[in-house]
Amino acid sequence: MLQPADLSSRSIGIEIDGLVKRFGAVKAVDSVSLAVEPGEFLALLGPSGSGKTTILMAIAGFEYPDEGRIRVGGEDITWVPPSRRNLGMVFQKYTLFPHMSVLENIAFPLKMRGVGRAEREERARAALSTVRLDGYGERKPSQLSGGQQQRVAIARAIVYKPRVLLMDEPLSALDKNLREEMQIETKHLQREIGVTVVFVTHDQTEALTMADRVAVLDHGRLQQIGSPHDLYETPRTAFVAGFIGETNFCAGRTLCAGVAGQRISVALACGHAVEALAVGALAEGVPVKIAIRPERLSLVEAGGGLPARVEEAIYAGNATTLLLATPSGQTLRLRVPAGGAGGSPAIGEAVGLSWRAEDARAFGDAA
Amino acid sequence: MSAQHRQGSSRHAGRAAIGAVAYAVTVFLLLPTLVIMPMSVGPERYLRFPPNGFSLRWYAEYFGDADWINATLFSLEIGVVTTIAATVVGTMLALALVRGRLPGKGLVELLVIGPVIVPHIALAVAMFLVFEQLRLTGTLLGFAMAHTILALPFVVFTVLAALYRFDADLERAALSCGAGPLRTFRHVTLPLIAPGVVSAALFAFIISFDEAVVSFFISNLDRKTLPRKMFEDIDYNVSPTLAAVATMLTLLTIVALVGSHLIKSRLDRRTRTATD
Amino acid sequence: MSARPARWLLGGRHYSEVASLALAAPFLILAFVAFILPLGSLLHESLFLPAPTLAHYERAVTEPVYLRVMLRTLRIAASVTVLTLLLAWPLAWLMARSSGLKLAILVASVLLPLWTSVLVRTYAWMVLLQKNGVINQLLMGAGITSEPLRLLYTEGAVVLAMSHVLLPFMVLPIFSALRGIPDDYSRAAQMLGASEWATFREVIFPLSLPGVTSGCLMVFLLALGFFVTPALIGGPQQMMIATLVSQQVREMLDWSFAGALVGVLLAFVLLIAILFKRAVRLDRFVGSA
Repeated sequence: MLQPADLSSRSIGIEIDGLVKRFGAVKAVDSVSLAVEPGEFLALLGPSGSGKTTILMAIAGFEYPDEGRIRVGGEDITWVPPSRRNLGMVFQKYTLFPHMSVLENIAFPLKMRGVGRAEREERARAALSTVRLDGYGERKPSQLSGGQQQRVAIARAIVYKPRVLLMDEPLSALDKNLREEMQIETKHLQREIGVTVVFVTHDQTEALTMADRVAVLDHGRLQQIGSPHDLYETPRTAFVAGFIGETNFCAGRTLCAGVAGQRISVALACGHAVEALAVGALAEGVPVKIAIRPERLSLVEAGGGLPARVEEAIYAGNATTLLLATPSGQTLRLRVPAGGAGGSPAIGEAVGLSWRAEDARAFGDAA
Repeated sequence: MSAQHRQGSSRHAGRAAIGAVAYAVTVFLLLPTLVIMPMSVGPERYLRFPPNGFSLRWYAEYFGDADWINATLFSLEIGVVTTIAATVVGTMLALALVRGRLPGKGLVELLVIGPVIVPHIALAVAMFLVFEQLRLTGTLLGFAMAHTILALPFVVFTVLAALYRFDADLERAALSCGAGPLRTFRHVTLPLIAPGVVSAALFAFIISFDEAVVSFFISNLDRKTLPRKMFEDIDYNVSPTLAAVATMLTLLTIVALVGSHLIKSRLDRRTRTATD
Repeated sequence: MSARPARWLLGGRHYSEVASLALAAPFLILAFVAFILPLGSLLHESLFLPAPTLAHYERAVTEPVYLRVMLRTLRIAASVTVLTLLLAWPLAWLMARSSGLKLAILVASVLLPLWTSVLVRTYAWMVLLQKNGVINQLLMGAGITSEPLRLLYTEGAVVLAMSHVLLPFMVLPIFSALRGIPDDYSRAAQMLGASEWATFREVIFPLSLPGVTSGCLMVFLLALGFFVTPALIGGPQQMMIATLVSQQVREMLDWSFAGALVGVLLAFVLLIAILFKRAVRLDRFVGSA
């Protein structure tokens, strides 16, 4: 099992089945089941305390679940110790051993697998080259920048051709520009070598940028799993709608019953009636939350649509965000891309708001 | 954890073994001094374990013996003077090292570590030589100077650590509010380093009170410290009075350690809310 | 109002050179009277009395009697260092992995002996080791020996008692080094295929080495010049250099020769301290206390 697998047969999937992990009375992970396809880049996304890290630690073998099974490539590894799982892992920080050179760090997993010295060095140099750090092998980790250190950590995690690469917020310690650069670089590398990746992050932009699919978690429960496009366009819960991208929420009450995906009318708190798509079946007269993206709101002449007043205009170069107060006292955000026709309204000006019914989603209490 | 049953115990055998050795070492550390305690209340001239009876005879002997009491009082006196001197001098020096611009700073730092690196026997004999000529042997001044120089490194390092821990911007803020350096020290610096200073003072006292080597040499027949008196008694007759003294000293150390911990955590809490 | 503080804020520091010197003055005076002057005078005795000479030093390092004392001192100091290291590492490791009440108890078990009088601890060992002492009582009670063993005034007793006295100086720096190793290092090692033993051998132990070095130096240096314990627990056969110095001063009144012995001891101690300058981190002891 410790023998490095052939590069081409490395794409292996992961199945997590009914995973439960309790810390005292708290269920950190609550009956999570999901499957990672071979060669897929899956992001586990959620706020802190959502259970995303615990799931990763269970896959890695640092947490043993209270219930459930974890299979890698069809093999049940739920109780296998970490050192014998043959998985790769990149941590947030503190991952490179400070007393070893860069090359010794990368060769370490090969040494643990009994690979001879010459082959170790050759393969470590090759891995170093893969992450574009040729010539840095003799340095100590402390002599590298944060980005270089994480590239070495990745090289060390892939040098023994693990079946799966686990990444625990590996870019969160880097500053913004470097982080964006490393996101793309890591994604490239993953596609190049075709390894299955499970990537934990609390940064939705990062998840959307890098992952083939994203699993959104909250309070230990899996909220939704799907492609970045699906999550953004068709969130299944209000939490997902709020967590992925920017969203306006308006409270209201249904004026008619509707099945999932049907257009329904909703009365907002101010009495104004609007239209939205129902997420799940909704009865008449139940409270709902309507979610709508800032860039899907449009301005109409005052007197038309939902009445509002411009409170603030925030200029951000490529777009301007307007903060609009509705009669019920809520503030909605509306984004006008730069270069569009017509100027923005003045602050204090009364305007009307409208949107297409298919761009607004009504979530009942259950969602 | 269920993982442990399923994995078998071999993975944890190594850890368990190291843990067992570790606990044995704590017993080794604590047992000798703790064994003395019950023995000190035995009634017989001969120390035994366990004691065959209960008697405070040896404690009475200690309190009834002017030699013991004088030595104890002298040690207390030296301890108090040393504590004050070492704390004040050490805090001043730490401030100069961190906040000041001291010429020859490296050399001064070397001087601070000196008494820790130089074996106490060397210092003791050297002081004996000079103090005898200066008529300082057996005097409060002589002992206080000797003990202060020995306790200073600990005070300086504790206060330095406390000074490095807190944000120098707080002092800059006070200075920019118009407070002079003295008032800044009084109202900002001192309250913030107080936990460090208090524990440093306590340790300075213990170092002085327990100091045996230098005291062995610079005591004279009339004026000797408690450790010197103990040294003589251990060397000439291992009497049970010593067991009583040892027990009281151990209890005093426990009280001092617990006390320092309590004071420190209380002051820590206070300064934390002050800085938040 | 704004001009005055600015004067004190030169270079981000608050006190001028004069003020700094004034703050350091009491220390400098004390260091002169109680440190520089005494050591200087003693070394002067050894080099210039009656006339400039190295005879006292020559005697110290050539006469077999004294040479034996020095070799014994080195041997005992080395044994104590090794023994304390073997005992301290597991305890420091356990402390580094503990928290809350358990950690508090373990720390107390190290700090209590550290701050208990050396005389108390030495006396305790004498009581335990003496002919009718606790250990002999136990041994005979268990039927292991039929008559009391001579335990006191042996080199083994000196090593044992000194190890007990110096153990905290080994535990604390190792604890501090182990405490500073983030959990992620051993997790990373295991993830990369290292067994528990390999993790210890390749990662945890090497990373504890700064603490180990610092502890070994501290214990070795303290052991070289140790006076109380060997003077009381060792007999004349176990004389170490500190006892020899004391004997020269108190019985022979030979200050020059005592000065030479101290000179040799100092040279040795300073050499080691300079060689390992960076490893001697005194703040570690104070910081954890």
